[in-house]
Order: sequence, then structure tokens, then C-alpha cells
Amino acid sequence: MPEDSSLLEIRDLRIEATVYPPGEAPHDITIVDGVSLKLKKGKVLGLIGESGAGKSTIGLASMAYGRGGVRITGGEVVLNGRDVLKAGKQGLRSLRGKEVRYVAQSAAAAFNPAHRLMDQVVEAAVVHGVANRAEAERRAKNLFRKLSLPDPDNIGKRYPHQVSGGQLQRVMTVMALCSEPDLIIFDEPTTALDVTTQIDVLAAIKDAIRDTGVAALYITHDLAVVAQVSDEIMVLRHGKLVEWGRTQQIIKEPRKEYTNQLVSVHEIEHREKEPSGQPVLSVKNVTAAYGGGPIDVLKDVSVDIHPGQTLAVVGESGSGKSTLARAITGLLPPKQGSVEFAGRMLPGRLAERTRDDLRELQMIYQMADVAMNPRQTVGTIIGRPLEFYFGIRGKERDQRVDELLEKIEMGHGFKDRYPAELSGGQKQRVCIARALAAKPSLIICDEVTSALDPLVANGILRLLLELQAEEDVAYLFITHDLATVKSIADSIAVMYQGSVVRYGSKSKVLTPPFDDYTDLLLSSVPEMEIGWLEKAISSRRMESAGN
Amino acid sequence: MFARIPPSALLGLVLTALFLITAVFAPLLAPYGKTEIVGAVWEPMTSEHWLGTDNLGRDLLSRMIYGARTTIFIATMATVLSFTLGSILGFTAAVVGGWIDQLLSRFVDLLMSIPTLIFALVVLSVLPSTVLTLVVVMGVLDATRVYRLSRAVAVDINVMDYVEAARLRGEGQIWVIFREILPNALSPLVAELGLRFIFMVLFVSALSFLGLGIQPPEADWGGMVKENKDGIVFGIPAALIPAAAIAALAISVNLVADWILNRTTSLKGGRGA
Repeated sequence: MPEDSSLLEIRDLRIEATVYPPGEAPHDITIVDGVSLKLKKGKVLGLIGESGAGKSTIGLASMAYGRGGVRITGGEVVLNGRDVLKAGKQGLRSLRGKEVRYVAQSAAAAFNPAHRLMDQVVEAAVVHGVANRAEAERRAKNLFRKLSLPDPDNIGKRYPHQVSGGQLQRVMTVMALCSEPDLIIFDEPTTALDVTTQIDVLAAIKDAIRDTGVAALYITHDLAVVAQVSDEIMVLRHGKLVEWGRTQQIIKEPRKEYTNQLVSVHEIEHREKEPSGQPVLSVKNVTAAYGGGPIDVLKDVSVDIHPGQTLAVVGESGSGKSTLARAITGLLPPKQGSVEFAGRMLPGRLAERTRDDLRELQMIYQMADVAMNPRQTVGTIIGRPLEFYFGIRGKERDQRVDELLEKIEMGHGFKDRYPAELSGGQKQRVCIARALAAKPSLIICDEVTSALDPLVANGILRLLLELQAEEDVAYLFITHDLATVKSIADSIAVMYQGSVVRYGSKSKVLTPPFDDYTDLLLSSVPEMEIGWLEKAISSRRMESAGN
Repeated sequence: MFARIPPSALLGLVLTALFLITAVFAPLLAPYGKTEIVGAVWEPMTSEHWLGTDNLGRDLLSRMIYGARTTIFIATMATVLSFTLGSILGFTAAVVGGWIDQLLSRFVDLLMSIPTLIFALVVLSVLPSTVLTLVVVMGVLDATRVYRLSRAVAVDINVMDYVEAARLRGEGQIWVIFREILPNALSPLVAELGLRFIFMVLFVSALSFLGLGIQPPEADWGGMVKENKDGIVFGIPAALIPAAAIAALAISVNLVADWILNRTTSLKGGRGA
């Protein structure tokens, strides 16, 4: 293999930053610690790891960029035979936007809402003199077509808010490809998308990479996604290299324990329970709208939750999952229908419910950091429901708080800490303890694992299952992640545009024949298997041909 | 906790502390009585009268010291009133919402649409001139600013999940306001407290200068500028000394307020990279 076939070579990269933790003196931390990598022309390298692993920092460093406060303190980044860290301002200008381009996670935040898409797509190509305006537009339109965007000739005239999130992400990929770069850095390009949209974007990115022969760094925390697009995978943790190998080897025969954990992350043993006796909560024909408006966000929704069991509510964003939770908790009184708890009607409005009604229904939120008052200690946060519902105070309260902390597998030492001093997983555990403190019959879990890293999320799910067995509490589990559903649900309700389109026990819902939407949802969940993407896409094409 | 106090804040702290000590211990510190006539009119600075005498032959240093007491006391009382009133109403409006919010906010808009000084002049010339009326008028007028700020801050906090969690638990409005919202609204309010205090000092001084604030023979800085202003044309600096004191107090409190603002924002994860 001739030497010049290597496009990007990073040698012993070190990146540091100064952090300002509350109540402590500022100090330096190492974000990337001696990472080396090599990328050949036309190949795709997946960078994977949990948050804080340094994936994005490495990605940006390959164009000699550091986010605010970040310093590249050592190593070399060689792109096309020159060290970009020594390129200087002029050198970098000719490099960025021409030889190397970046596709950000949130296209919605990355596009300028004041300019038309086409102006933004061709800008870099024109500025760098890769093509004149007409040529660049022609090229962009071809790429729009290739990435199967609707109305490729005119979509460039739209503004960013006039296309959907998935389309915008594809437009951003076009933007990157338009100046015919040698390298594209994809930084979690599908993470913010719904699972049914993700598959299209993923397929588009993969086709584009294959057809243009561009090399790519693909950054993500989802191993199943990266397995679809990359030739090689590099696993990172705490800024250090864990394992680097061919995709096949990483997902089939991981050599390191950490990689193995990532590969087997969704494997939770859970036996489905039979529905027993009277449901703890029944939602009956609930229709609800916000602000008395004409648009029904929930349409005639009926579901039952049985004691000590889990009902998973799945659907894409905007399907009405969280609104269902608001209707159950009384935050949004339904227009029609009723919510029954243990056989009796609950008043629709929160203010009319008794303290005991409130105690029986607890809630855990998606973003644990904003679900806890930052000015209260863990002890206060967990202790308040004890005081409020049971009048337990003083020593007895402290003792109960300790017991609860033990239940969520955290020590007593955490009682005097503030939420800011906890990790993401610990925060969510404290929220679970707060809910448990009320001894509820039902806990509503609203996307409780979506903001967490896979391994941490896994720990939370296991904890929830253990607690369910111990406390006999029922869960209403709202999620968009079907893998989570498979691992913890007893029954499933699939929601689409405000209605329940499929509802029943887990085995029944997940057994064919499916309705169209459930089929689409199920077939969109990436599997840890090379070639899954092609299979899924082709089976989808066959179906639409068959229709 | 108190990692390092920057020099500017230190200067502000020391000066503010000095002003406060002077105000509290005025009768002990002042060499002469505040209305005692001790010499000729506008005597120059001597070892006996460090700052000279004023337009009636009273010791200027003693009047400055008693003046600090009056000015700072009234400004403090008015600030306390405006904060209590403004923040409680602001929080209530944000948390309760609906017609209460509309009513309060539009009333505040109405008050704010009238220039404060003119409004105060009209009200004070009608009402009997006592310290209580002065404090109430200043406090109520300034409460509109505090109301605006605390309502805006509370509206932001009110939509946080932890406030929703408290509501779902069944907590009453009092708990929500004082335990969930207030602790999180404190840092902007504390910073505002310093600024409002300075405005109060300037406000009371301006009113006294115009003859509607503290009535003679009581000593206060604004009034002293007024009493001695005629001396300026004769090259007598007696009016400049209380004026300088007003400026010095304003600056030193500002330095402290600035520092507090910085410190509390860094608590929430630094002032951005």
C-alpha cells in the first residue's frame, strides 16, 4: 500500500481544557489522551463512546478546531500530507470548508434561519472557488436528488423552517458534499431524529459516501448505527483508545470488556407478566387539546395499567405520548373521557385531586437536572415527599432517606450533596428515589433514559425492574426507543398522531401481522448487524412496490 | 468558598463597610452636634473643623456623619420595602398567572409610564413631609422595577420540571414561591438589590436637593448640597463634599454588587467559556 493512500493521520493527540467546578479551584483536565488514528481515502471510521469520551473533540481537532476553552496541547494531525495544527490562519481557511467539512448533530440549530437553504449549501464551495455559483447549484441539485429530498430543483429556495428535521439533516450532508471535500466529519447526525427518519438519513449518508468516495469520521454513541456505515470502529472512553478494529470484529468478537458491554447493552432479561385482576389505572376514551384549541392532541385514547406491571407507550415525537402523561396526572384536564384509579374516577383537574390521589401517581422526568431544584440537597429532595405525605420528620425521616438511597444503590454520603454535584445517572436515581418515597402505585416515566449514555441507561432500567419486583409498583413508560420497550414492557401501546394504533401484551404487539405504522417503527430500529440497513431499506422498497 | 476577592470588590467592600460603620455609630463619631453652631459661616478646613463649617457655621464633618446616617437609613428602608413588595407581587403574578397577573402588570405599567421623580414630587408636595411618607413613596415607586425583574425571573423558573414536580406533589403556592422559586431567583435579585439601593440614595438625595426630602435642620447629603450650593460661586467647596460622598457610596456599593453577580453566576457553571 503506497504511503499517500492515507488521508488523515492523527498521532498521539492530546487535548486539554480548564474546568471551573462549583466550589473548587479551576484546574486542567485532559479530554483526549494520546489518541492516534489513520484513515484512508474513501473509508469510514466510526468513533464511538459515551459522553465525555472525547469523540467530538477528536472530530473537530482533525480540522484543527477546538471548542471554547479547549487547547490542543500535543500530537500531530496530518491531512493530505500536511500538519494542520501548524497550518496557520490562512492555511486553515483554505482547508476548512474545502478539504474537510463538518456535519453537526442538530441541523436545526446549525442552519441560519434567515437565509434560504441553497445560499447556505453552496456558500463554501463558491467562496473557496471550487465552483462558480451556477455550477455549485447544479451540483447541489444533483445531490438533493441523490439524497432523495423532495422536489430537488426547488427545495433550495426554502428556508430552514420549511423542511422537516430529517430533510434538514440531509441538506446539511449535501452542504458538506457540495465542495467535494476529502473528509467529512459526521457528529451524531441522526441522534436528534426519530427512529423512522433516522433510517432514511442513514441510508442517504451511506449512499453519498459510497458514490462520492469521500472519507468520513462518523461520531455517535449508538453502536448499532455506526455498524451500518463504517468500515472500522474505534471505541473511546475517557479520552483514551479502548479498541480499534474492523466493524465485523468489534461487534462480533469484541476483545475488551468495555466494548463487550457496549455491544450487549440492550440485553436485559425480562419475562412478560400476565395482566391480573383489576387495573390500577384505566384511561378511558380520553380526548385532550391544549388551551381549549380545536386540535385534539389525544384522540379517544384508552389503555389499562395493571398493578406491578409496565405499560410502554411508544411513538415518534409529536405522537401525544407526553400529553397522555399530562392528562393522567391532571396537568391537562381531558376534554372527554375519564381516568380511573383503582376503580374510582379521578377528577380531571389537578387542584381537585386529594393528596392521596397525588401520592399514588408519581412522575419521573426525562431531564433529571431540571427535575430537581438545584438549591436543594439530595436529602431535602427525597425527604420532602416523606414529610408532605406521611408527616415523617427529623431522625425518622433521615433514616427513611438513607434506606431509599440504599435502594437506588447510592450511599448515605450523597444526602448533603446538591444536584450539580451528581452525574447524569445519579441524578436520575435520585428522581426515582423521590418518586418511591411517596409509596405510589404507579410511576410515570417520561423518556427517563433518553438523555443518558447507553450503559448508564441500562443501569437505570435494571434498577427500575428490581424496584418493581420489590415494591410492586406499576410503570407507565413513555419512550421512543423500541429496544428499551422490548427489554422492560409487559404491555405496549403504540401511538401515532394522538391515537393508539396498536395496544396489547408485549408478545401480541410484537408478533406479526403488524399494522403499517408498527411495522415501520419496528423495522426502523437499528440492529447490531452488518447489512441490516440494506435489508431494511430493500424490504421497505419491496413493500411499497407491492402496495 | 470565598476563593479570592478581586481588588475592586475588596475596595468596594471596605468603603461600603466604612460608610455603614459611620452611619451606625454617628453619635459616637461626630465631634459636634448636627445642629450645633460652632463658628463662622463657611470657615475653611482647620485642625478643629476638618472639613470646615457650613452655610450656618455648623461643623461640616459632623453634619456629614449624621447625614450618612439619615441618607443610608432612608435608602435602606425604602429598598427593603420595594424588594418585599416588588418580589412578592412579582412572584405571585408569575406563579398564579391569569387575571391577577394582568391586573398587577398593567397597574405597574401605569406607574412606570409616569416619570418617577415628577410623580414623587407631586405626591410628596401633597402629603405631610415625614420620613415615613418619604420611605413609602420611594419604596412603592421603586417596587415597580423590582416587580418587573422578579416576575421575569420567576416566569422562567416556573416552567422548570422541578416546579411542576412540586405541583404534582400537591404543594401549595406558598411552598412553590418560597421554597422552589425564591432560592433560584436570589442571585439576580441580590445583584439588583445593590443597584436599587444606589438608586434610592440618589433618589432621596435628589428629593432633598429639591426641598421635598429630608427637612432641615436634619442633616442629609442631598440637603447639604442644596444648603451649601451658593458657596460654590465664592470658591467654597462645602457643597462638593456631600456630593462626593454620594458618588463614593454609589460606586462602592456598585463594586460589591458586581462582584456578587459574578460570583453567583459562576456558581451556575461559569460565565461561559
